[in-house]
Amino acid sequence: MASVEFQNVTKSFGSFNAVSDISFKVADGEFICLLGPSGCGKTTSLRMIAGLETPSSGKIMIGPDDVTHLHPKDRQISMVFQDYALYPHMNLADNIAYPLKVRGESVEKRHKRAKEVADVLKIGDLLQRLPSQISGGQQQRTSLARALVYPSRVYLFDEPLSNLDAKLRLEARGFLNHLQRDMGMTAVYVTHDQAEAMALATRIAVMDRGRIVQFAPPIEIYRRPATTFVANFVGNPPMNMIPVEGIVESEQLQLRAHGVLVRNLPLSQGIKAALGKGAALTLGVRPEHLSMGTINDTNTLSGNLFANENMGPEKLVTFERQDGGRVTARIFTDDMVETTENVAFTFDGAHATLFDAEGKRIAADGERPL
Amino acid sequence: MRLSFGQLLARIGFSALAAIIGILFALPLIWFIFAPFNARAELGIAIPDPWTLQNFMTVFGNGFAMRGLLNSLIQSVGGVILVAAAATLAAYALSRSSIPGKSMITYILLLFSSVVSGTAAMVPIFLIVSSVGLMDTHIAVILVFAGGLLPTAMFILRDFIDGIPKTYEESAMVAGASPVQAFFDVALPVIRPGIVVVVVWAFVNIWGSFLIPFILLRSDDLMPSSVAIYSFYSEAGTPIVTLLAAYSLIYSLPVVALYLFVSWKFGFRFFGGIKA
Ligand SMILES: Nc1ncnc2c1ncn2[C@@H]1O[C@H](COP(=O)(O)OP(=O)(O)OP(=O)(O)O)[C@@H](O)[C@H]1O
Ligand SMILES: [Mg+2]
Repeated sequence: MASVEFQNVTKSFGSFNAVSDISFKVADGEFICLLGPSGCGKTTSLRMIAGLETPSSGKIMIGPDDVTHLHPKDRQISMVFQDYALYPHMNLADNIAYPLKVRGESVEKRHKRAKEVADVLKIGDLLQRLPSQISGGQQQRTSLARALVYPSRVYLFDEPLSNLDAKLRLEARGFLNHLQRDMGMTAVYVTHDQAEAMALATRIAVMDRGRIVQFAPPIEIYRRPATTFVANFVGNPPMNMIPVEGIVESEQLQLRAHGVLVRNLPLSQGIKAALGKGAALTLGVRPEHLSMGTINDTNTLSGNLFANENMGPEKLVTFERQDGGRVTARIFTDDMVETTENVAFTFDGAHATLFDAEGKRIAADGERPL
Repeated sequence: MRLSFGQLLARIGFSALAAIIGILFALPLIWFIFAPFNARAELGIAIPDPWTLQNFMTVFGNGFAMRGLLNSLIQSVGGVILVAAAATLAAYALSRSSIPGKSMITYILLLFSSVVSGTAAMVPIFLIVSSVGLMDTHIAVILVFAGGLLPTAMFILRDFIDGIPKTYEESAMVAGASPVQAFFDVALPVIRPGIVVVVVWAFVNIWGSFLIPFILLRSDDLMPSSVAIYSFYSEAGTPIVTLLAAYSLIYSLPVVALYLFVSWKFGFRFFGGIKA
C-alpha cells in the first residue's frame, strides 16, 4: 500500500477545466471518497491517478514516486470500472487471472490464485462461465476479484456499485467496508451517492465544478459542512437551508424570516464578522434535528403541511413557510403528526448551522476538532 | 374470420405474383446447378439425361483454367490478409486516438476508394504499376485491390470498434498490460467478428473481380479464374455452355465454402459490450 498525493493538479479539455488546481493527500491505508454531482470531475481525477488521463499541469505522487507521466501498467494499481470491463471472450477464471497472466505467472498458479480470490467473493463456482452468463452482482464481484488478485499499491473505484439494485448495493457496500478493515487498503472511491461515501470513507473529498470544497472525515462533513453546497449535498434528505436576517439584540443573535423564530443564539466572533458584511445569513438545520413543537418554543420553524411521507421507522414531514420555502423534518413514526394545516417544529440551538452571505459556514467560538 | 370475395382475390393475386417473381429469381440458380451435369446443356433449363461428369473432366484437363483457380486463391488470400490486417490496425488507431478531424480522414478515403478501384483510374493505376516495375505480378494485383478496398474496410471496422468500450483496454493496462498486449489480448478478440465480416466481403470482392487482373497481368500462368473463364469461349466469342457451366460451379464453390465456414465457426454474431 502507498499514499497518493495531488499537487496543484489541473486537467483541461480544450478551454474547459474539468479539474482545477486540486491538491490533497491520501495517507497510506486510507479509504477516501470523491463525492460530488455529475460532471464535477471525479472520474477525471481518478483516471489521472490510474494514468488513463494526463494532468495538464501539476504533479501526482504515489508513495515516494512521481507518477505524473508514468504509463498505467507501471503504476502498480488496481481499478474497478463502473461498467466492470469484463472481457466477454474470457471465462471468469481467465478474467480474474488476467493481471497475473501479463505478469508472466504460469497457468496453474494464476488459476489457483483466481480460485482463492473468487472463493472469498463467493463466485468460486462460476469460474467456467462467460461474463454474459452471470448476473450483474456477480459481474461486479468478478471485477472486484480481478482488482484484488494481484498486489497493488492503490485501489481505485469508479462508482462500482451504481449498476446494482438497492439491496445488492447495500450488501456490496458492507463487503467493501469489511475488506477495507481487513486489508487496510489505500483506496480512492468515486461516487455521487452521499450515503455510500459516508458509509465507506475515512475521509470524503466533496467536489464541485472541478474543485475540492471540503476534505474531511464523514462526521465532520455531516456536522460541519464547509459551505451551503456541501450541506445541500450530504444527508438524506439534505439539510434545510433557510435564508434569514440576522439581528443583534441584547448581545445575542436573533434570526428572522417568515415562519422562523430563532432567538438568543450566542454571538460568536465569526457571526460578528459575518454580520459586518451584511445581515443576510443562511440557517441550516438537519431534518433529523427537528422535532414536533409549538409555535411558542424558543427555536421554531412553522408553516403549512405540504407532505407527510411514511418511511417505515420514520416519517418525513414537509411544510411550506409563508414565503414558499419548504422545510423537511424527519421524525419517528411514533411521534404523531396531527394532520392540521399548521405545524411547528423545534430544534436545539446547538444544532443550528449558520452560513454567511457567501455561503461559508460560520464557526462557533472555540470549536474543537471532531 | 371470413374474407370478402375481393380480399380473397387480392390475396390469391398477391401470392401468385410473389411466386412468379420467386421463380424468375430461382431459374438461373436451377440452371446453374443442372447445366454442369448435362452433356448437352444449352441456355434453356433441362434436367440432365443422363447425369454426367464429362464436362468436369474436360474442365480439369484445361491447365490454364485450373491454374486460374490457384491464382485467384493467391490473389484473394493475399489481398484479404493485407486488407484485414491493415484495416484493423488503422481502424483501431482511428477509433481510439484523438487525432483531430479523424472522421474526415475516413470519409475522404472512402470517397477516393471508389475512384481507385473504379474504371476511371485504370490508366493512372496502369502507369503507376508499370513505373514501379510491378507489371505482371501477383503483388501488383494484391496491392491495387488492397488500396481500393481498405477505406471501406476501415470504415466498417471503425464503426465496429467505436461500439466497443474503451474500458476493456484501459482495465487491461491498469492491470499491467502494455498497449500492444492490451490490443492483442483484449481488443482483438472482441473485434474479431467485425474482422470476419471484412474478410468475407474482401474475399468475395477480389475473387469476382475481372478488370484489375486483366489489365495488370500479361502471362497466362498468373491470370485468375475471372479472366481464365474466357478460355471457355470459342474463337468467335460464343460460350461453350457445357464447360462454362461446369467451370462456373467450381469457381463459385470457394465463396460458398467461405460463407458456410464462417457462419458455422462464427455465426456472424457479435460479442459487443456486456449488458449492464
Ligand atoms: N475526454 C473528454 N473530453 C472533453 N470533456 C471531458 C472529457 N472527459 C470529461 N470531460 C468533461 O469533464 C467534466 C468532468 O467529467 P467527469 O467524468 O470527471 O465527471 P464526473 O464527476 O465523473 O461525473 P459523473 O458523476 O457524471 O460520472 C465533465 O463536464 C465532462 O463533460
Ligand atoms: Mg464519473
